[in-house]
Amino acid sequence: MNLRSAGIELDGILNAQKTAIAGALNLLENRRPAEEGLAAELIEALTRHARPDRHVIGITGPPGAGKSTLISRLVREYRSAGRRVGVLTVDPSSPRSGGALLGDRARIDYDPGDPGLFIRSMAAGPHLGGLAWRTRHCLSLFEAAYDRILIETTGVGQSETEIEKVADTVVYVVQPGSGDSLQFMKAGIMEIPHVLVVNKADRKNLALKSYHELQALAGAGRRADDGWIPQLILASALEGWGHEALAAALERHLDFLSSGRLNDLRRMHRVQWVYILFVERFGSYGVERLGGERRIYERLEEADMSNPLRALQELAEESKRISQKPGC
Amino acid sequence: MKEIEPPAKDPPWLMRTYSGYASAAESNRLYRANLAKGQTGLSIAFDLPTQTGYDSDHILARGEVGKLGVPMRTREDMEALFDQIPVERMNTSMTINAPTAWVLALYLSLARQQGADLSQLRGTTQNDILKEYLSRGTYIFPPKASIRLAGEVIRYAFHHLPKWNPINICSYHLQESGAEPVQEVAFTLANAVCVLDAVRAAGDIPAQDFPQVVGRMAFFLNAGIRFIEEMCKVRVFSRMWDRICRERYGVSDPGLRRFRYGVQVNSLGLTERQPENNIARIIYEFLGVVLSKSARARSVQLPAWNEALGLPRKWDQQWSLRIQQILAHETDLLEYEDIFEGSAVIGRKEKLLEDAAQAELERILEMGGAVEALENGYLKRCLVESNARRIREIETGRRVVVGVNRFEEGEPSPLTAGLDASFLTVDDAVENEQIAILRAFRSRRDAGRVAGALDHLHRTLSSGGELMAASIACAEAGVTTGEWSDALRSVYGEYRAPTGVGGVAASDGAGEDMRAVIQRVRQVSDRLGRNLKLLIGKPGLDGHSNGAEQIAVKARDAGMEVVYEGIRLTPEQIAESALQEGVHVVGLSILSGSHLKLVPEVIRGLEERGLKTLPVVLGGIIPESDLTKMPQASIKRVFAPRDYHLNRIMHEIVDVVAAANGIDLSAVTP
Repeated sequence: MNLRSAGIELDGILNAQKTAIAGALNLLENRRPAEEGLAAELIEALTRHARPDRHVIGITGPPGAGKSTLISRLVREYRSAGRRVGVLTVDPSSPRSGGALLGDRARIDYDPGDPGLFIRSMAAGPHLGGLAWRTRHCLSLFEAAYDRILIETTGVGQSETEIEKVADTVVYVVQPGSGDSLQFMKAGIMEIPHVLVVNKADRKNLALKSYHELQALAGAGRRADDGWIPQLILASALEGWGHEALAAALERHLDFLSSGRLNDLRRMHRVQWVYILFVERFGSYGVERLGGERRIYERLEEADMSNPLRALQELAEESKRISQKPGC
Repeated sequence: MKEIEPPAKDPPWLMRTYSGYASAAESNRLYRANLAKGQTGLSIAFDLPTQTGYDSDHILARGEVGKLGVPMRTREDMEALFDQIPVERMNTSMTINAPTAWVLALYLSLARQQGADLSQLRGTTQNDILKEYLSRGTYIFPPKASIRLAGEVIRYAFHHLPKWNPINICSYHLQESGAEPVQEVAFTLANAVCVLDAVRAAGDIPAQDFPQVVGRMAFFLNAGIRFIEEMCKVRVFSRMWDRICRERYGVSDPGLRRFRYGVQVNSLGLTERQPENNIARIIYEFLGVVLSKSARARSVQLPAWNEALGLPRKWDQQWSLRIQQILAHETDLLEYEDIFEGSAVIGRKEKLLEDAAQAELERILEMGGAVEALENGYLKRCLVESNARRIREIETGRRVVVGVNRFEEGEPSPLTAGLDASFLTVDDAVENEQIAILRAFRSRRDAGRVAGALDHLHRTLSSGGELMAASIACAEAGVTTGEWSDALRSVYGEYRAPTGVGGVAASDGAGEDMRAVIQRVRQVSDRLGRNLKLLIGKPGLDGHSNGAEQIAVKARDAGMEVVYEGIRLTPEQIAESALQEGVHVVGLSILSGSHLKLVPEVIRGLEERGLKTLPVVLGGIIPESDLTKMPQASIKRVFAPRDYHLNRIMHEIVDVVAAANGIDLSAVTP
């Protein structure tokens, strides 16, 4: 079966036609093994057509910080500049039933008739780290259709480290007076995000306190990995200010990356994607069988990353060969 | 034998019937008929477009004009509504909230025209916005702006309408949304405190006059079937309100601390099955709010026995009025002092309620007050949780509902024979007629005067001047409800309230049947390759979201992925979300009776997006005869409010999705 006969229209996707996008997302989210070949083929095609000026922005932060409201503002900002926007939001799933209430869409203010905006909600399922099992698959689609891609994480706190391995730029949103949520950054569990936003900054005194706390953190210097100096933004959705400054800070970071390590970074993200898929399927035992995490990363760094699912397939086959070797 | 002097009696409460429909002229005829039968006040129902600040020809008004109340757009509508009814001699209660200042302005411009002395006007504007965000759904503006608007009406009434109740804080709708007595008391009092604090903080009423403002606060309560507890609740309300007035606002005059309240007894508990039993429910509920003299309601509205089935007729309303008249005039109730004075049993029950309500009230105040607890979703989450508990109790039989989950066998009721035909239905032609009347008015009025009045309104809004005066000038100039509301929208913005479903804890004691549902959801999800994804949509202006919320929470607990965007969506929005989210089934909830217009529009939207085969299920009061008028191929199931077995609904949704995708689940049918 090829893409066309499966009803997947690449041209439609590249033109951000909403019916085409929706159909392709349904395929990419499908977990039946029978659909995997088709998904791999689609991802490869999409990778070839990724929009060169795209920017993948991760929005994270504790519940109630106003992530969705901030996304509404950014969407408006980008749309009025004529950029196409794709939004992926992730909500946690109930461990007991596997069900989920996907509530972010309700909090994002959007025009349903807008042809250049697409919002998809995903449930995290059993996947930890703040994203869903198939967020990366869907991202590869959005990278070929949209100029600005916003990913909102589940917002459950300290375990949300995965967004760093997906987004070009990570925005961390706090609301005034939520000092506790900064602990894990202070403790070094998470790298300091590229942009920090104190939302609801209309609450002056509390906002100032959070601002100073963050300043102390951000002012600690350049990020170790890329030398970027984290930006600190005050914003108020209620009074309608701060989002322009945020959009500007995001553009600055994109420029900074573009003149440096952007391609390496994105390649690295894909390597990590394959590694996580591998772990998800074969577990730590499978990792050991291939010689450990470091060994797998070394192999993947040499592999062709235009088709991550094929790279995964190759790892899987090797794993199978090893397990069939006598004496193993 | 010498005739015995009849004993002295207390005067009875005000007897009202909440009514209004179709048009101002039609409603006027109804009001005059009710007044002639001995009704002593008017209680006006406005249609949903009016309540949400839209003119009858706005896109969101489609299907709703004149359905649940009278369309009120202009001063001419107000004149027609009160034709031959002198407002100076009326006690008029108006169920209006977000656009209260506007509707009151229309009423005052009529009063002036009738030559009435404004200082003599009696009546009530509901003007209670917080419960709109929590349960009734007819809000427009964000909470802080809304509280400011409510305060404007209160301040205007203080200066010009000394006998008017400018606000009626409602616990009624909180109970309908699931509030238990403790929550009802605490949330309502937190709401009252929030409004009064805001008026006081505005600072333009002299401190020595503030007790007068406190004294005009009125409340609107619900009375449920557990009528002893309900009576205790009312007495606790009185006591806690008295304390708040004394301690928080320094009111020394006991007369100004009285807990003045009106009641509509519970409609939620009225059943569709064996509806004649509802008469008994209405009477017992009514007792809860009149038995105790010290906490007796000042006005009472009783629902009609057949409210769960459709819009009551005049005769149905008359029956409910007679119940009140018999208690007031035939029985000896009004001859006694408070008959519970000194009862230790009642005292203990009250203590329990009061302690818990006080603790809950303090918790909300510590959070920063009612607006904060609203915005952070706390209040709504509590209500959705309580309501889920209530439905679960009915489902499991722990809470008995006679004729529904106990003693279900019954004789066919002669009252319901041919009922479909005996309902009052609003003719669909009404909408077009009303639009024509509105457009004729617009073309007739002095456009320059309208523009001038709106301009003045804009300037008043931005300068913080006298909103009521500017609104009365608008009313007299011929401004419409939609125009006035748009002016405010442009300054304050609009608001979407938290849906409350996100943070609700999973239901307790899932039980065998629930496990079976979860298993079937998993099976169908595995076959689909994605988790079963359900979109719940509420099209139109209907804000009664309890059913949609309960289905959303239940579907989550059954293992589905649920997209629910809250109330007041256009059909286009729903169809677009269905596409973008890749859902397997769409559930539409419509309780306002506008399904004939809205459902086909949603389905057309789905078809336009290549989703012709996507199954749709409906929830609401949808007569059999209407189903044939809708696109039947897409509509796979219809659920009514009587379908309290939520597990069964979940099974049916699984069936619908399986069938639509050619999946055979026969091996695991429950």
